[in-house]
Amino acid sequence: MEMAQLSVGESIPELRVTPDKYLTVRYAGASGDFNPIHIDEEFAKAVGLPGRILHGLWTMAQVARAQTEAAGGPEHLKRLSVQFRGMGVPEQEVLVSGTVTELDGSRALVETVAEQAGKQIIRNAQAELEL
Amino acid sequence: MPVNTKAIGKTYEPVVYAVGREKIREYARAVGETNPLHLDVEAARAAGYADLVAPPMFAVVYGAPAVGPSIFDPEIELNFAMMVHGGQEFTWGPVVVAGDEVTTTASVKDISEQDGRGYYVFESVSTNQRGEEVCRGIWTNIVRGV
Repeated sequence: MEMAQLSVGESIPELRVTPDKYLTVRYAGASGDFNPIHIDEEFAKAVGLPGRILHGLWTMAQVARAQTEAAGGPEHLKRLSVQFRGMGVPEQEVLVSGTVTELDGSRALVETVAEQAGKQIIRNAQAELEL
Repeated sequence: MPVNTKAIGKTYEPVVYAVGREKIREYARAVGETNPLHLDVEAARAAGYADLVAPPMFAVVYGAPAVGPSIFDPEIELNFAMMVHGGQEFTWGPVVVAGDEVTTTASVKDISEQDGRGYYVFESVSTNQRGEEVCRGIWTNIVRGV
């Protein structure tokens, strides 16, 4: 994979992905997280949610993917920290964006967020890339 | 009610996870990975890897079986019904490939209380069959109304 040109103050390429209606079911199987708030509409509503919500760690995986795609492969991502806020929902586009804030030799820091309908669902995220 | 902090420092039994090629493919597809390193064995081998490469966030697949039980440890007194996943950090070493055996040890890093919320922080350390640290995770769970 080609590495994007990274320089301080520049954005990494945006990642846009729309989780389909059954994504949370596939991710539950793939990850082993079967919490019913992600896969059972009635259960989710019964505990006060608007409906099934995305797994935070799936959304974090989208943030990770934006970094590895920018850096040219999975081996370049050395650290990722995120804070989860609010909740993501299926069938609505997730947008991951980020800006390079530091570049020190082969090491880059990226401040990054994930949002849905203009609301951040992952905030204060920071990635460290080894280029 | 104040949170119970006596479990801070408690370490759990290590859990061994055998990384399978089809599990990597299943996970990679679920998170939308298109990099052939995760999907095409020949491409992974051509790039110098023994087999399919796990995406970095596959750390949740081999890490969760170690961290999961700690959340339900009665000694922690964590009210799961009121818990939200507040934050997550992973630090990665060498990549994990299909065929690796990853051993993860979970521990209670911190338990604290602030503004009526309980903060339960777990740490996981994962090593491969060569003893290399492939991932270290900090899992922060927040419990409302403690």
